[in-house]
Amino acid sequence: MAGEQETGVPVKVGDVLPEMVLPAIDRALLCRFAGASGDLNPIHVDIDFARRAGMPDVFAHGMLGMAWLGRLLTGWRPQSCLRSFTVRFMALTHLGNQPVLRGQVVDLLDEDGVSLARVAVEMLNQYGQLKIQGEALVALD
Amino acid sequence: MIDRSHVGLQLPVVHWPVEKGRLLAFARAIGETRPEYTDEAAAIAAGHPSLLAPPTLYFGAELDAGTIQAMMETLGVPIDRVLHGEQGFTYERAVHAGDVLTLRSSIADISEKKGGRMEFVTKVTQLTNQRGEAVGEMRSVIVVMNG
Repeated sequence: MAGEQETGVPVKVGDVLPEMVLPAIDRALLCRFAGASGDLNPIHVDIDFARRAGMPDVFAHGMLGMAWLGRLLTGWRPQSCLRSFTVRFMALTHLGNQPVLRGQVVDLLDEDGVSLARVAVEMLNQYGQLKIQGEALVALD
Repeated sequence: MIDRSHVGLQLPVVHWPVEKGRLLAFARAIGETRPEYTDEAAAIAAGHPSLLAPPTLYFGAELDAGTIQAMMETLGVPIDRVLHGEQGFTYERAVHAGDVLTLRSSIADISEKKGGRMEFVTKVTQLTNQRGEAVGEMRSVIVVMNG
């Protein structure tokens, strides 16, 4: 079954993961994520702190976007197939941004007899602005 | 300017119990609704010992423990000048509710760009579980805005 999805169709370079489009980010979400993730940096939840730091408002935790990209990947293949997952935070994600999560198979490789897909992932907002860019290695066997 | 002699600095070892309630709260916050992450009975039926931890969950362990904040103080970096630049994980073993993770971190690199207006602190963390098994590695790049 190497390199085949449940449908039996072999994975190939260029395959696109099912896109995720999420509701607009609001303050309540950032509060929930702060508590659940342990990232209590006030820059994400306290507008007074954010303004003193020179920001117009609070902004989303980078790790919230990475967690969503994790959902994208583990929705495509079980989490047990995930070998590595790396992202770069490209721009701040603001209140009102509607995250769009995309992934695409960019390479197929063989490592110690295991077939792996290299998947490029990205998070954009509703205006197409890139917020997070990354890649994952996902086992296909 | 961060003192480069901090490269190699080891952070205090953290032992982090993976709590079921925390997993449920994290799943709710990120909109994760699949049963292996949200329904313990379903997770067990699917072959897991308990709820499955999502792939980025334990980034928060050293924030809970306060070792990241202490590291920033040691480096002389105020928290309102830092941004998360990059984050990476490698995975060797699944993490479930009921596990106790051990995190061993050190500062792997400190570098700069734009004539020191931006500095980059790279922290690398090895994770093991309560059986001493390797769980994986985390790599974080923290950007410090000096300019």
